[in-house]
Amino acid sequence: MRNLFKLIAIVPLLVFANIGYTADMKVGFIYIGPPGDHGWNYQHDVGRKAVDKAFGDKVETVFQENVPESADAERVMTQMALSGADMIFATSFGYMDPVLNVAKKFPKVKFEHATGYKTADNVSTYSARFYEGRSVIGHVAGKMTKSNKIGYVASFPIPEVVRGINSAYLAAKKANPNVEFKVIWIFTWYDPAKEADAAKTLISQGADVIMQHVDSSAIMTVAEEAGVYAFGQASDMSEFGPNAHLTAIINGWGPYYVKRVKQAMNGTWKGGEQTFDGIKSGMVVIGDMSDKIPDDVKKEAMAIADGIASGSMHSFTGPVNKQDGSPWLKAGETADMGTLLGMNFYVEGIEGDIPK
Amino acid sequence: MDFSEINIPILIASLIVTATPLILAALGELIAEKSGVLNLGVEGMMIIGAVSGFIIGVETGSALLGIIGSAVGGALLSFLFAFIVLVMKANQVASGLALTIFGLGIAALLGHPYTGIAPPQFQSFSLPVLEDIPIIGVMFFQHDFVVYFSILASIATWYFLKYSRRGLVLRSIGENHDVAHSLGYKVIATRFGSILFGGALAGLGGGYLSLVRVPQWTEGMTAGAGWIALALVVFSGWHPFRLILGAYIFGGITILQLNLQAIGVNINIAILSMAPYLATIIALVIISVSRIQGNKGAPGSLGVSFVKVT
Repeated sequence: MRNLFKLIAIVPLLVFANIGYTADMKVGFIYIGPPGDHGWNYQHDVGRKAVDKAFGDKVETVFQENVPESADAERVMTQMALSGADMIFATSFGYMDPVLNVAKKFPKVKFEHATGYKTADNVSTYSARFYEGRSVIGHVAGKMTKSNKIGYVASFPIPEVVRGINSAYLAAKKANPNVEFKVIWIFTWYDPAKEADAAKTLISQGADVIMQHVDSSAIMTVAEEAGVYAFGQASDMSEFGPNAHLTAIINGWGPYYVKRVKQAMNGTWKGGEQTFDGIKSGMVVIGDMSDKIPDDVKKEAMAIADGIASGSMHSFTGPVNKQDGSPWLKAGETADMGTLLGMNFYVEGIEGDIPK
Repeated sequence: MDFSEINIPILIASLIVTATPLILAALGELIAEKSGVLNLGVEGMMIIGAVSGFIIGVETGSALLGIIGSAVGGALLSFLFAFIVLVMKANQVASGLALTIFGLGIAALLGHPYTGIAPPQFQSFSLPVLEDIPIIGVMFFQHDFVVYFSILASIATWYFLKYSRRGLVLRSIGENHDVAHSLGYKVIATRFGSILFGGALAGLGGGYLSLVRVPQWTEGMTAGAGWIALALVVFSGWHPFRLILGAYIFGGITILQLNLQAIGVNINIAILSMAPYLATIIALVIISVSRIQGNKGAPGSLGVSFVKVT
């Protein structure tokens, strides 16, 4: 009996305490790797911190790292929704179907999925036009190479990666007509040893500028050792290669996260939207340029970035042929959205095949 | 497509670098298995070696101390395994798997403050005179001492198992621990030593990754190398020389396929990517089958807990 009284006395206290600490909104993030990767996940976490900073006590953010792209993702998101998350950002492509499954079970929770293409009433997607950034660094690469060989370490043959290679190649070729691309596919987003092997191979075949579409900073370290150049991927990686680092394509998720959380708070958030932003909105940011880059090249590169931001330039502007020589874009024509999102071919001049 | 772009001496040199961590880890596992202990925690011991070697290397500023630290780190983790399976008599398979998961987790925790730091440079230990031989010098004689150590260790292991009395005792314990025990050999102590040796070598393999091959610390950087080492032991039929051969075939095809991709060769890249695994297995199976009449090498008491019967 005495225990019951105790319980009765405590319950209101607990409720009160809870009210006292409850933020207006709880936002969850799930990451595919550790935020300490200095790449993809790190930048999503920077975005999460921007939300923390923008809303202070009104919004509570939580995150879960190293969530595999499998049934585990569903479990983690379900757990987040059950523990009161009002909004969940799922920050990797492979979370696509898990997001839709969990969204069905929690119609009131708002879901945001990065780089996917499936939406629902409470699921929106967002992605960045990284290829715009690759036009800028492609130009720098074309100007900086002395051997005219540019190495490219690629992950999986999905449209996003193919788009990046094509965009970088077109810009490099324009900057330096003699340039040649060497592409190695390693079929992983994150395997530092394999990435290092691929970079060493490219260097041994004469490449003196290395580009990458894989997540770790191993390539930057290898480039520094070998005395060649490389670019930061997703984050500034100059600490891994002070001499090798030319510039970086930095993913800027913060402004988007803050905007969407604000919309969720004031009721204007909508599901079914597909955001695809680039340099203009700050979702793609060109990092600091190394002083190894001559001033005129820096200026040209920034002019490309500005031109793309203002809309006066486009990464894919004709005349461009496909690899087999068949025409793709007529002079002055720019690529349409559908072709960009499903890109599965190399442009003319790149050697080798895209793995099928 | 221009095959002349492939730099053969550098290709040979890099295949040796790629194979070295595998040789070290697999050699350690070979000794443990020869004594009758199946330790599936190689991946965990490697990553602990990678992180402890890196931390010690950075803190002391010496790559040599770092590489020693990686062996100590791997051995410490294997001590835990040895205690669980030898003293507590736990199931070896389950304990080994747990060791891998535990190692990956604790390495991530320890390494957290060390991401983004460059480790001390590793002095390459070029062999005087020999290193100046054109082409061959680049291929074989300009490596760091860990590479030479891995080869010497393989020879020593082979000699130890085949010709030394202690090696014979170790093998007999692995074949049948009850008989060995009744003859008065110390089963638990020998196995303890073998597991620690295995842990030290696996740790060394991991340290080689974080201090030489990549060189940086990143979470989960072994990315499955420990499992490849485990497979190598089995496919080599528990023989140190076949193990080296297997590791070099694996490393060689890995580097070759990267080179072929880079010159834009017209072979399906999915096939190229799986080629290292396929070629290694086929080569080692063929070698093992051709000597099928002899002892295949699998220890009789492998994976069985030893319980003393008085």
